[in-house]
Amino acid sequence: MAEFEKANSIGEWFDQRLNVKAFTKVMMTEYWIPKEINFLWAMGALLVMLFKLLIITGIFLLMYYKPDVNMAFDSVNYTIMQEVGYGWLFRNIHGVGASVVFLIIYIHMFTAIYYGSYKKGREMIWLSGMLLFVLFSAEGFSGYMLPWGQMSYWAAYVITEIFGGIPFIGGDLVIWIRGNFYVADATLTRFFMLHVLLIPVVLIGAIAFHFYTLRFPHVNNEEGEFFDYKKESEKYLAGDKANSKVIAFWPDFLSKDFMVIAIFMVFFFYLVFYNNGFAMDPVNFDKADGMKTPAHIYPEWYFLWSYEVLRGFFFEIGGVSGKDLGLMAFGFAQGIFLVLPWLDRSPMVKPANQRPVFKYWFWLLMADLFVLTIFGKLPPTGINAYVGFFASTTFLGLFISLPFLTTIESKIVGGK
Amino acid sequence: MFALYVGLAVAILLIVLNIVLSKLSFVPKEARILSIIVVLVGYIYWGFEPFAHHEMHPHVEDASYAFDGKQDIEALEHAGKDATEAKAFWATIAKIAEHKGNAVAGKELVAANCTACHSMTSEGFPQLMSDADAAASYGVTPPDLSIAGRVYDRNYLIAFISNPVKAMHIEHKYPVGGDKVFPMPSSDFMQPQEIADMVAYLSDAASKVSAPKVKEGATEFEISKAVNKEVFETACVRCHAMNYAGIQAKTTAEAMSKYIGATPPDLSQYIRSRGDDYLHNFINDPQRKLAGTGMPRVGLNEKAESQVVEYMTQIGDSKKDEREALGPKVLIYLTILAIFALLWKQKIWRDLH
Repeated sequence: MAEFEKANSIGEWFDQRLNVKAFTKVMMTEYWIPKEINFLWAMGALLVMLFKLLIITGIFLLMYYKPDVNMAFDSVNYTIMQEVGYGWLFRNIHGVGASVVFLIIYIHMFTAIYYGSYKKGREMIWLSGMLLFVLFSAEGFSGYMLPWGQMSYWAAYVITEIFGGIPFIGGDLVIWIRGNFYVADATLTRFFMLHVLLIPVVLIGAIAFHFYTLRFPHVNNEEGEFFDYKKESEKYLAGDKANSKVIAFWPDFLSKDFMVIAIFMVFFFYLVFYNNGFAMDPVNFDKADGMKTPAHIYPEWYFLWSYEVLRGFFFEIGGVSGKDLGLMAFGFAQGIFLVLPWLDRSPMVKPANQRPVFKYWFWLLMADLFVLTIFGKLPPTGINAYVGFFASTTFLGLFISLPFLTTIESKIVGGK
Repeated sequence: MFALYVGLAVAILLIVLNIVLSKLSFVPKEARILSIIVVLVGYIYWGFEPFAHHEMHPHVEDASYAFDGKQDIEALEHAGKDATEAKAFWATIAKIAEHKGNAVAGKELVAANCTACHSMTSEGFPQLMSDADAAASYGVTPPDLSIAGRVYDRNYLIAFISNPVKAMHIEHKYPVGGDKVFPMPSSDFMQPQEIADMVAYLSDAASKVSAPKVKEGATEFEISKAVNKEVFETACVRCHAMNYAGIQAKTTAEAMSKYIGATPPDLSQYIRSRGDDYLHNFINDPQRKLAGTGMPRVGLNEKAESQVVEYMTQIGDSKKDEREALGPKVLIYLTILAIFALLWKQKIWRDLH
């Protein structure tokens, strides 16, 4: 065992045992972030904040929630919302937080696409980020089932039914997922387990991994500039902070993050107190009833675009039924973002608006996602069905054409 | 579709605005980015919330508390149906309503015509059967009439006594010549003056009923809850339960499904699932919001109806006051925090620029 001298301070005591000083340097004060950034670079820290809020409120909700089809609805809407002190506050934060976390994930994700932060060494950041998106989606879906309202039930019914479209094993798979022939008590309890145990544990691991992937390629900057971090950090440490292209994670970067978080929290709590209907659908305040289908079934807003791709194909093409086509398009939509770094053949790492071809692709994709989201909630009748079909095919076309478009761009910019 | 075009026009306008903004070099870059984010987020919110609701739940005419049949007739004419009968019925009601009622004469008429089935406990007419027996005998438990003159509109009561099915707007459940007969017979054979007298008596008797008792030292919230509960019990509880207030429906579910062809829902969370606006319109005339529903128009006057909705809020959203009181405090705290965070950031970044 190493010789330990008597420590002169508490800090020294810890430093001897945990090497705190060196650790702080590596993780905080000498972890370098580019200076050319705007508030969109604070979305990651904001997501951490929202995730913390979700975990803390979730723990409180867990103390009173009952995962049983006969008790779930009342345990949420009576016990938690009306009996437990500030139970309503925890539930509102949890419900609004779940919705807002997706808003910030989307902003975070499209910031990455806009600035090209997924290529030239940053592929693992993108992949781990998309893994987080999938996990958050699963967490959101499983959580939405727990209040056991009408939308909980019918969303669970529709989404588990999707797996029935998988060839050969589909039918058995649906029963295996539900734990019954229909959405029942077994379904609720297993999704409860997923929501409060398995997915959160994996999520925490995936978040840590996402941070790790940032370490070597470094965070992208506003101009997509590549520079020598060693040289710039030496400048910073020598005291020439103004001319260095880097800033320290602590306190420089985090001070800005805290500012963005604090301002955002004003807006967030406004939603929690005064405008939470968008996150807690009124229909879900009707208790689940397997005999009574609601007039309109739609997912939460953040799944609307992929839901619209699913139902966009409503007629048979070349002997393949509309349902199967929709399912294939849905599968495509779920997976395609993952391989974005390899679809973008252009070597440019620049904001989209500085890229001659990609800028059109980016804004067209945004417009298409807006159309899909808005029409994803409307009943798919009359003209709506055709708008949905058109927007879904546009979505597929955009991703299929991306390698070709970016190859053209690559030639225009001469491989730079 | 009109709303969609407006939405598209606004989107184009906002895009143009943002392009103009981006050309103005004196606007800070972060402000431009923020404006784009705000526009995009605001737009998507408009799409999946107000716009979607507008498309899925078409607007109906606002609730009318005149109970003069005008909206019934308009609805019939709008649907291209014959409104002659409805017009004649409501014209008769208007004529009866011109008579000034005599409460003393009305008392005798009510005692002779109503109290065999209806109780009126405040006036010494007791309930003769248990709720369950009454439901089994009549099909539904008849309401107690003690405060009927206060919660139901006068015009409506006249229409109701004359022809309950027409007043309740449930002709589709009890068609003329059908095999189901509504438990309460029409009294359109009575003289207009007699009907006016009975309504006058109901109103007079209701005005004598004292406010419900509350325990000593009750808060304002508890007092108002007790007052609203009395109205709610008269207006809704014959068919509906309010589980979160421990209130069971007076008529059993089995009798209800025979009576109206459906089991009326528990109303505990209806303030959350339907909302204030929907409830007002729905209670005023269920057919306008949900054509074919078994729920009758109950004829609550504006005050009674708002008491019912308020009670549903007091039970279904009981922490509303607490929420609204805490909200501003939290927002003020966070605003101050945001100012400090801003100042701290500026202090740190002063060296960096």
